[in-house]
Amino acid sequence: MKRPVVKTADKRNWEKKYCSPDLRNADFSSISGRPLEPLYTREDLSGFDVDTELGYPGEYPYTRGIHPSMYRGKLWTMRQFAGMGTPQQSNERYKFLLAKGQTGLSVAFDNPTLYGWDSDHALSAGEVGKTGVAVDSTADMERLFREIPLDQVSTSMTINAPAAWIFAMFLANAEKQNVSFDMLRGTLQNDILKEYIAQKEWIFPPEPHLRLITDLMAFCADHVPQWNTISISGYHIREAGSTAAQELAFTLADGFAYVEHALRAGLEIDDFAPRLSFFFNSHLDFFEEIAKLRAARRIWARHMKEKYKAKDPRSWLCRFHVQTAGCSLTAQQPKINIIRTALEALAGVLGGCQSLHTNSMDEALALPSEKAVEIALRTQQVIAFESGVANVIDPLGGSYFIEKLTCELEEEAERYFQKIDELGGVVKAIEQGFFQREITRAAYEYQMALSRKKKILVGVNEFINEDEHLEIPILEIDESVERDQIRRLQELRQKRDNQAVRSRLDALKKAAAGTENLIPRLLDCARVYATLGEISAALINVFGEYQEQPFY
Amino acid sequence: MSVEPMKVIIAKPGLDGHDRGAKVVARALVEAGMEVVYLGLRQTPESIVNAALEEDADVIGLSILSGAHMTHFRRVKELMDKNGLGDRLLTGGGIIPTKDQEKLKELGIEKVFGPGDDIQAIVDYIRTWHRSRST
Repeated sequence: MKRPVVKTADKRNWEKKYCSPDLRNADFSSISGRPLEPLYTREDLSGFDVDTELGYPGEYPYTRGIHPSMYRGKLWTMRQFAGMGTPQQSNERYKFLLAKGQTGLSVAFDNPTLYGWDSDHALSAGEVGKTGVAVDSTADMERLFREIPLDQVSTSMTINAPAAWIFAMFLANAEKQNVSFDMLRGTLQNDILKEYIAQKEWIFPPEPHLRLITDLMAFCADHVPQWNTISISGYHIREAGSTAAQELAFTLADGFAYVEHALRAGLEIDDFAPRLSFFFNSHLDFFEEIAKLRAARRIWARHMKEKYKAKDPRSWLCRFHVQTAGCSLTAQQPKINIIRTALEALAGVLGGCQSLHTNSMDEALALPSEKAVEIALRTQQVIAFESGVANVIDPLGGSYFIEKLTCELEEEAERYFQKIDELGGVVKAIEQGFFQREITRAAYEYQMALSRKKKILVGVNEFINEDEHLEIPILEIDESVERDQIRRLQELRQKRDNQAVRSRLDALKKAAAGTENLIPRLLDCARVYATLGEISAALINVFGEYQEQPFY
Repeated sequence: MSVEPMKVIIAKPGLDGHDRGAKVVARALVEAGMEVVYLGLRQTPESIVNAALEEDADVIGLSILSGAHMTHFRRVKELMDKNGLGDRLLTGGGIIPTKDQEKLKELGIEKVFGPGDDIQAIVDYIRTWHRSRST
């Protein structure tokens, strides 16, 4: 619904005075290009119903937060995304972060792993261990989590296309550690729709991927009840250049698509919806980001309750992780990235996130060094323990500006939902390149705004240090990582029970051609050390591969 | 002095899916009057050089944010030289440390772009190269 703005004589009088002095020659729109009023007053909220649109924290529609006590009850989880090189190297980084007071783990995999390829695949050359850790089999999963108690630390894994079989390896390792599945806590990103939209790491066409996601939801509902089966992600959509409203709308639309797929497969909404979680970006535009996060909770709650008829209040909750915007970091004067990240993290907290990753200052240059990661984590600790912002719940609630912006973002998202419906749903819209084109247009407009100095980036198009020399250390991944990883993989293929591997891969193929839940079959393969690439190949044999039309 | 329109191949070799930069640059080059063929993701050095041959492209621009830039630039350059495209411009962009930029120069890749570089600088670089080649 569009709310009318009825101006009083007072506001009109003020506006005359506002217009008379000379305004700065600057662009006053948001980073997403949203036009902004110079002042927000009660007039902007005419028609806004505090009881139905705002409510109380922990109460429908959850605009003010998902818990009644929010950060007075429990601070957000400080969860730094990390992974590089070999499983042993990443294991050391995890232990370092836990020792520094981090409260959850988050695994970054390398590119071959994200595509479901083994480290010795021809196209893996040069990529092994570069942007994350290489995991080829359950043996690597064992090395990755050595001496880390999986029943005490929650683990998030950023993996999508091969998420189901990486998770199977994680479960097989938990069995080795004698941790029962119902004790495991964590999150699998497992969001394939945003891969087609933005991140571009898929294997099969959408339908078999959606089947695997629904299979995983059903399996976890029965066996791994504390696991978040999916983290529906706007982060990558935003990094690809979308506006705040596009991030919000496309992410929630993806969420609805997963819900609808699971319902069509015969699952009960309240059996799986409480384990759906979300992942948003926190960009530089402080208030717009806070409003976006508040709007996300309200929209999700309304749709889940009213459209999908969920009865369990846990199904209405939009629980989310926030990561500060990697794309806002600059290679120039990298130390200022600490300040950008602090502001973005603060917006995430004021927006009511459940967990938070703060980027390191050197991430426009390379994977973060240990020193840089420590400062990033300390930034969260300063916000949590020194700034006082965690003392009061939704402290910006009731601000004319924040409430108006929250309503505007909700309205924009609803318009996008309608458009996506007209195109035939999310999968059809992907196939027509709708999201890709919208995002590319927004990215181009932002780049042009920088080029014309309509938007300012400190150290990049203004306040430039001539003759700048890099003054921070850069992490390098040694070429020996690839050789080590390949050697271990080849040794594994020699010494495991290859007959068992073959028969279980055959059983997987047969199951894939039918309709049964594939997770138990994948777990069987992981238990006997079938490799990531072997499992992918078995499934590609049945499901085929996806090719994208390149749009720009 | 006016110069012939140029044909530019933009491609993402390797595995990373970060295509924001490639697409924004492709669009900016089109706006600047160049003909652009965007090959898309997961290209191999072979597929890129084959496309450059088929299209008779003047310029190849690679976008790599995965850390695998040394492997891919080296191979594309080798294949260009081998296939008689040694006189064409190879450039690109991504997260490429200064130290590696120096190594790329030794391979004959004079300039690559990074985060924060002005899009107009890319257009100007290609135009300047093209003018110097036409004269």
